[in-house]
Amino acid sequence: MTAVYEPCYDSWEETRGAEIIAEHAGQEGATLVILHALQEAFGYVPEAAIPMVAQALNLSRAEVHGVFTFYHDFRHKPAGRHVLKLCRAEACQAAGGDALAARAEAKLGVSLGNTTADDRVTLEPIYCLGLCATAPSAMLDGRLIGRLDEKRIDALVAEARR
Amino acid sequence: MNMKIFIPRDAAAVAVGADDIAVAFEQVAAKRGLPVEIIRTGSRGLCWLEPMIEVATPKGRAAFGPVGTEDVNSVLEAMASNGPHALRLGIADEIPWLKRQTRLTFARCGVIDPRSLDDYRAHGGYKGLERAVSLGPDAILNEVTASGLRGRGGAGFPTGIKWKTVAQAKADRKFIVCNADEGDSGTFADRMIMEGDPFLVIEGMTTSGITVGATKGYIYIRSEYPHAVEAMKAAISAARRGGYLGDKIGGSTYSFDMEVRVGAGAYVCGEETSLLESLEGRRGLVRAKPPLPAHHGLFGKPTVINNVLSFAAIPFILTEGAKAYADFGMGRSRGTMPIQLAGNIRQGGLFETAFGVTLGELVDDIGGGTFTGRPVRAVQVGGPLGAYFPRALFDTPFDYEAFAARDGLIGHGGIVVFDDSVDMRKQARFAMEFCAVESCGKCTPCRIGSTRGVETIEKIIRGERVTENLALVEDLCNTMKFGSLCALGGFTPYPVLSALKHFREDFAPAPTTLQAAE
Repeated sequence: MTAVYEPCYDSWEETRGAEIIAEHAGQEGATLVILHALQEAFGYVPEAAIPMVAQALNLSRAEVHGVFTFYHDFRHKPAGRHVLKLCRAEACQAAGGDALAARAEAKLGVSLGNTTADDRVTLEPIYCLGLCATAPSAMLDGRLIGRLDEKRIDALVAEARR
Repeated sequence: MNMKIFIPRDAAAVAVGADDIAVAFEQVAAKRGLPVEIIRTGSRGLCWLEPMIEVATPKGRAAFGPVGTEDVNSVLEAMASNGPHALRLGIADEIPWLKRQTRLTFARCGVIDPRSLDDYRAHGGYKGLERAVSLGPDAILNEVTASGLRGRGGAGFPTGIKWKTVAQAKADRKFIVCNADEGDSGTFADRMIMEGDPFLVIEGMTTSGITVGATKGYIYIRSEYPHAVEAMKAAISAARRGGYLGDKIGGSTYSFDMEVRVGAGAYVCGEETSLLESLEGRRGLVRAKPPLPAHHGLFGKPTVINNVLSFAAIPFILTEGAKAYADFGMGRSRGTMPIQLAGNIRQGGLFETAFGVTLGELVDDIGGGTFTGRPVRAVQVGGPLGAYFPRALFDTPFDYEAFAARDGLIGHGGIVVFDDSVDMRKQARFAMEFCAVESCGKCTPCRIGSTRGVETIEKIIRGERVTENLALVEDLCNTMKFGSLCALGGFTPYPVLSALKHFREDFAPAPTTLQAAE
C-alpha cells in the first residue's frame, strides 16, 4: 500500500538561497535554522551558501563553516536518490541490528555512510530513532520502519534501489 | 451513531503500520457502509502490541492488537458486533500491564487526540496552570520543591532549587528551555509524550515561565524525531489560538510564548550547556560550569533548562498538590519514573511506576524476558553512558542513589536488554567509539581518551597483551571519569568499566594451546 516516495529538491540558485537566508536571519541564533532550511530546499548545503549565511548573520565564514561541519545532519553534496538510515544504537544492536546492517551493506555493495555508484541509494547509520521497543528500526526517506527482519530489510533495499 | 475508533499516530506505531491501518479502516468502513469516526491518538506504550487499535464501548475502550492490514476486515466486524476476535485484548484500562502502572505523567498519553486542545482540557489539562496562576510564583516554587521532583534528564538535580535560582536572578530577560534532545538509545519517553500529549509539555514550560519570570521558551527537539517536531509545532499553534500562549495567557496577567528548534544530529547537544550553544547557533561545544545556566544560560541570560519529563511532571504536581506526587517513590527519589523497556525484550514499551521497583521485576516480570527466548545476560540502564548490569544485580531498586551505589545510573530511565549472545567486548568498544564520534572536542580526556580507548579495547579483542591493556583501559577510564568536562566523557567509563567488572570472562586472554605433556 505504501507508495514509493521520492524526495524532490530544487537545484542551487543564489537568489533562492538568498531568499531562504533572509527569511530566517531575523531569528535569534539563526545559524542552524538557516542551514536546515537550505538543506530542505536543495537537499544539501551548497558551499556557495556558507559565505552568504556568514554575511547575513554578521559572522565569519569560518564560524559558519565550523557549525556546518560540527553537525552530522548537514550534507556538503546531494545524497543518493533515496536515503536509507539504519539505527545502529544499542537497543537495535541487542535486537539483531548488526546482522541486518551487514545484510543491507552486502545487498547494496556499499558500507554504511556511503552512496551506491549509481547514486540511487545513500546508506547511513543513525543513532537512535526512539523506536527502541520495536527494534531494529530504520528510516527510508523520512518513513519509519520498525521490527525489521531479513525479509523487511530486503524489501526496503529493493524499494530504495527502484 | 458513529463508531469511535482510536488509532495511534505515535512514531513507534506508525513504524509498524499504523498509518496504513488507519487508511484501511476508513476504506473498509466506507465499503461496508459503517459510520466510523477515526481519532488518531498517541501510544499507550504497549509497544509489542502496536499497532493497538481501540474502539469506544459502553464499558470503556476495547483494545485489539497487534493489528495488521490483513486483520482490518475482521477486527472491524468484531468491533461492530462486539464479537470475539483473536486479537481482542479486552478493555484497554484493564490490561494488566497498563493497570499495574502508576500513570501520573502519562495519564493521557494514548487516550486523547494530541492535536486537540479541547480534548486536553476535557481530560484535566490546564488545571495545573489555572492553580499556578492563582498561587503565584512563590507558592508554585514551594509546591515544586515539596514534590521532591528531580530532573528527569538523568542528573536528578532538584527542580525546585533550579527554578528558585532563576527566579531570584535579576535580568532583563530570562528563558525557559526544554531539552528534548533524547539521544540515549533505549529511551523514547520524551518522544512519546511530545507526540501523545504535547500540551502537557507546553503547560509545564508555561508554569515554569510564570514561576521564574520568563516570557520566552524554546523546545530543542532532535532531528531524528520528525513526528515529535510536527506534534509540538501543531500544539504550540493550537495553544496560541486558544489563548494559552502569548500575551496574558488564559486571561491572567502573565505572558509566555515558545517555539520549536530542531537539532542536527549531535548527541552531545543533549548536554545542557552544549544544547544552549546549539540554540544560539553555534557548534555544540560544552561550556565549563560555573557559571550555571540558571545564572548565565541562553544568550547569557538566566535560564531554566529541564528535560521534557521534568516539565511534563509539573501539571500533575500543581493540579493534585505536591504531597500527592511525593507520596510515591522511595528515599530521595520521589514520584514516578516513566521507565522504557527496550532492545531484546518480549513486552517492551513505556512503564510509568513509582521509584523502588527492582530491575529484575522490570526485566523478567513486566518485560517478560527476551523476545529471542534466550536467557537475559546483560541490561544497559541509562543510555550509552549507562552501566551494564548482570542478573546478579537484578535486586537493585530503581532509585537514583541505589544505582549510583552500584556504579550505575538510571539516567533517563531506559533499559536495554541483551540476551546471552552478547559479546561484552564489542559493547565496551562501542561505548568508546560512540564517545569518540560524538565528543564535542573541547576537553582532552574525552576527545583523545575515547579514541585511545577504542584502540586499546581492539588490542584486547585481538588478544595482544590482554592483562596489561585491561589495566590501561581501567586507568584511562578513571582519567576520563574525573577529568572530562561533561557527562559524555565522564560517563563513557560506566559501560566500559561495568562490562569489565561484571563480564570479565568475555575479556579473558584466549586460552593458549595446551602443550602436549611429556
